[in-house]
Amino acid sequence: MNTFRLYSQFVTGSVRLVLQGNRAYWAWVAFLVALVISGGIAYTDQVRSGLVITSMRDQVSWGFYIGNFTFLVGVAAAAVVLVIPAYVYDWKPIREIVVYGELLAVSAIIMCLLFVVVDIGRPDRFWHILPIVGHLNFPRSLLAWDVLVLNLYFLVNITVVTHILYRAFSGRHYNSRIVVPLVLLSIPMAVGIHTVTAFLYNGLAARPYWNSSILAPQFLASAFCAGPAILLIVLQLLRRFTTFEIQDQAISKIAELMAYAMFLNLFLHGAEAFKEYYSDTEHLLFTRYWYSGLGVHRTLVPYAWSAVTLNVVAFVLFIIPRARRHWIALNVGCLATYAGCYIEKGMGLIIPGLTPDALGEIYEYYPSMNELRVAAGVFALGFLIFTLMLKVAVPISLGEFLSQDEHVAPAPAAHATAP
Amino acid sequence: MDRRVIPAAAVAAREDVGPAKPSRVSRREFGSCVAAAAAGWLMTACGPRRLHELSKDRLRARLRDLEREYSERYAAPVTVTDTPAMPNVLFAYALDISRCVGCRRCVYACVDENNQSRDPQVHWIRVLQMDKDRGVDFTHADPYYAPREVPEEGHFYVPVACQQCRNAPCTKVCPTGATWTEPDGIVVIDYDWCIGCRYCMAACPYGARHFNWSEPSIPRGQLNAKTHVLGNRPRPKGVVEKCTFCIQRTRDGRYPACVEACPVGARKFGNLLDPDSEIRYIIEHKRVLVLKEDINTVPKFFYFYAT
Ligand code: SF4
Ligand code: SF4
Repeated sequence: MNTFRLYSQFVTGSVRLVLQGNRAYWAWVAFLVALVISGGIAYTDQVRSGLVITSMRDQVSWGFYIGNFTFLVGVAAAAVVLVIPAYVYDWKPIREIVVYGELLAVSAIIMCLLFVVVDIGRPDRFWHILPIVGHLNFPRSLLAWDVLVLNLYFLVNITVVTHILYRAFSGRHYNSRIVVPLVLLSIPMAVGIHTVTAFLYNGLAARPYWNSSILAPQFLASAFCAGPAILLIVLQLLRRFTTFEIQDQAISKIAELMAYAMFLNLFLHGAEAFKEYYSDTEHLLFTRYWYSGLGVHRTLVPYAWSAVTLNVVAFVLFIIPRARRHWIALNVGCLATYAGCYIEKGMGLIIPGLTPDALGEIYEYYPSMNELRVAAGVFALGFLIFTLMLKVAVPISLGEFLSQDEHVAPAPAAHATAP
Repeated sequence: MDRRVIPAAAVAAREDVGPAKPSRVSRREFGSCVAAAAAGWLMTACGPRRLHELSKDRLRARLRDLEREYSERYAAPVTVTDTPAMPNVLFAYALDISRCVGCRRCVYACVDENNQSRDPQVHWIRVLQMDKDRGVDFTHADPYYAPREVPEEGHFYVPVACQQCRNAPCTKVCPTGATWTEPDGIVVIDYDWCIGCRYCMAACPYGARHFNWSEPSIPRGQLNAKTHVLGNRPRPKGVVEKCTFCIQRTRDGRYPACVEACPVGARKFGNLLDPDSEIRYIIEHKRVLVLKEDINTVPKFFYFYAT
């Protein structure tokens, strides 16, 4: 078998798949592309005039971008949590959807890295943090650790999915000697990326809101709700629009796991809130800014309470077996989880951490239009990548998109291009 | 005893370039030497590096380039020096809280001396007004006080700039090593190496680091043309800057601009290693405090009560 021919078949076949689809598909792609373009324009403006067109200032020097970055690290980490039951216990119903979890992780990491790029003041100097050509302040800087683990995690995941999919395409089983160790490695790494990201904030004595040892567990707990929430919706869409079979049992099992993670998340938040309010030291300020506002400064309060409400609703829905088997309740629960964790990380972590600032000044941050557009662009690009990858991956796992040289699969050539 | 080590190495070397295939080995060695040298050259000599890693010649050339660039932009003869730290000097600052009247002259002297952006305004020194009955308490500090006359009844003033921490969180967190502590204790930033990630701003407990959110602007006639490469030279957009104890002055044996500007003489500056210095006298004889002592940044900026 000519490897080159196989490979070019794979590429042309994938391109053909990606270019085919019904109206809904094209509408979705067009929508994402429009957002990417709008984000690109907004980012060009930002590069030209500087970060002054964001709402960040010296007082709140990190904002929406870094909040999204943090949230997405969680999504990336959690997507792979499904790998644990799949490979460790060899539990069949989940095993088939592992590939999708890893694809989600790959797109989430891409979005993370993009959010870091759009946040830095001198993107032209990005190479300064690369080892050898630049200077990576390792091991002192936690940001250096984060750069390393994120990139490694990305490499591991992309290797595994490409290997599995490419092998499936050429009609062969994946090589367990490559896949199993890498998948097993990706489990601690998933925990690792989110822990290191938590430590990024956690290690700063200057910011009491972050400087609590409960932060890393809190990060993991909320990630293990939000990541699977996206995946559950994606899986249901796949089931609806393709011939892909996913057992109800798998979905409700994941929902059950999410309920436990959400309980842990709420519990840890409660523990932190208790410590702050009962001891009532000057550090309470930041927590108060989030939950009840400081004097007239109450911008974040509605966000705080909607996050709490959404999280509680999600927990209740997922802990009731009947509710999580009912598809409306299930999807409401997923959306609530996603929104709750997103608000908690996007607005509730970074901004109260920096407000009031180190000298006690309150600057009320709220993302500017430009930031919202850039962020939407990054999300759209990530979803676009995810969509296109799914477009190729689904037919492969269904055995519809196969190399025509080896007739291992029953699918005739005509089916290979079916939408 | 050396005899046993050296001959062994010599023997090994002789075996390596054994007579059997001398030319092949040496060619290979030559090749790998060239490759290693090329890689080494690429890594160290090619492309911009952090300032303190540049060779003398390259640094000179860089400084001349900067001078040309600034002189053109500001239509004035600008000098950019790289005066190094003096031996046996560790700079420290002391500020008399009982004397400071909150007039903010130091703030503007600093702006003029250090070429801070006028629009948008960047201030390295922030003067906080505090209530006498609460003591030094940041959560109730007011940086925007604007009475008709200072000092105001019932208040005192705490000017804050970089505390030049000995255990500096900002240098620890920087992912690129763009900020570090000089031998004379001044925490500096390489404006050409900083990527503007602002991690150091999150880490600084004193709000001492300031970011250039847009292109800094200094009206043409107002540039202080005597600059230091790690200090007051004009900064580009998208990087972080901060107080450097007026590195361009103090390394020439002068006082920082704020010390000279203070109308009540509340500001003191000197060498911590010199037992006869005023700074040592203050530390040894006055009631001294440092800000946020509990987080162990160990500042070299001391506040004291002379009265
Ligand atoms: S005061 Fe801030 S900027 Fe200055 S050395 Fe300390 S941490 Fe760094
Ligand atoms: S903003 Fe610049 S100096 Fe500060 S941590 Fe980032 S690279 Fe280092």
